[in-house]
Amino acid sequence: MTEIAKKRPEFRNINAFKDLTTYRMTAAAWTSILHRASGAILFLLLPLVIWFFDTSVSSEYSFERFTAAFSTGLYWVPGWLLKLVSLGLIWAYLHHLFAGVRHLIMDIDHHAVNKQFGKTSGLTVITLSVALTLLLGAKLFGLY
Amino acid sequence: MTDFGNKRTIVGAHYGMRDWLSQRVTAVLMALFTIALVAQVLLKKGPIGYELWAGIFAAQWMKFVTFTVILALAYHAWVGMRNIWMDYIKPVGLRLVLQILTIVWLLGCVGWGVQVLWRL
Repeated sequence: MTEIAKKRPEFRNINAFKDLTTYRMTAAAWTSILHRASGAILFLLLPLVIWFFDTSVSSEYSFERFTAAFSTGLYWVPGWLLKLVSLGLIWAYLHHLFAGVRHLIMDIDHHAVNKQFGKTSGLTVITLSVALTLLLGAKLFGLY
Repeated sequence: MTDFGNKRTIVGAHYGMRDWLSQRVTAVLMALFTIALVAQVLLKKGPIGYELWAGIFAAQWMKFVTFTVILALAYHAWVGMRNIWMDYIKPVGLRLVLQILTIVWLLGCVGWGVQVLWRL
């Protein structure tokens, strides 16, 4: 039997609520799991993004419908909720983009693959995406 | 590395490398597209109305680029979602169903997006 074929021990007793919540995650770990989570959010909300695209570019009439959806709502979804979901989309996009650039930097420059860079760049990604989300969120909700 | 004899590589067919690279290439395409789109919006003068917004996508070169980006996005999302299913969903049958639903979801979105784009 070769080394590859040897059976390795597997642990399947990690409880998502009891064990995962006790993990002390580092900035790099948060960046990583949020990269995955934001990607999944973007995937699930993709039809909404295309609906935005469709209604905003198709005609002057549909453009009206697009802008109205954020104030008067869309079917059973009130305008403020649509704004909130859009803000979630904005955060997910920003985090995914910045975390992706961080990955590319690490792929290109292997000197960047160390504990210190993992921490500082992770913190940068989280801070930058949250700050930009707050800024755009304030604009979206008409605070300035 | 060899494909035959008793020294042949028996693990995988380098799908990993292909997925890894294509996810990065598609990511760079989308990042560049984002910059190009944001730059166009910021450089236009006056309030962003229908004419201005739709005008950005109506340009032939922009349609050309947007079409490619839609396909890149679908491929990128496929690699990512497949990774998620492979990591967390162990029963093979359920995983297959979720992977098929992912493909259906993405293909539907691609069709819709492309239709919107090319009737502009």
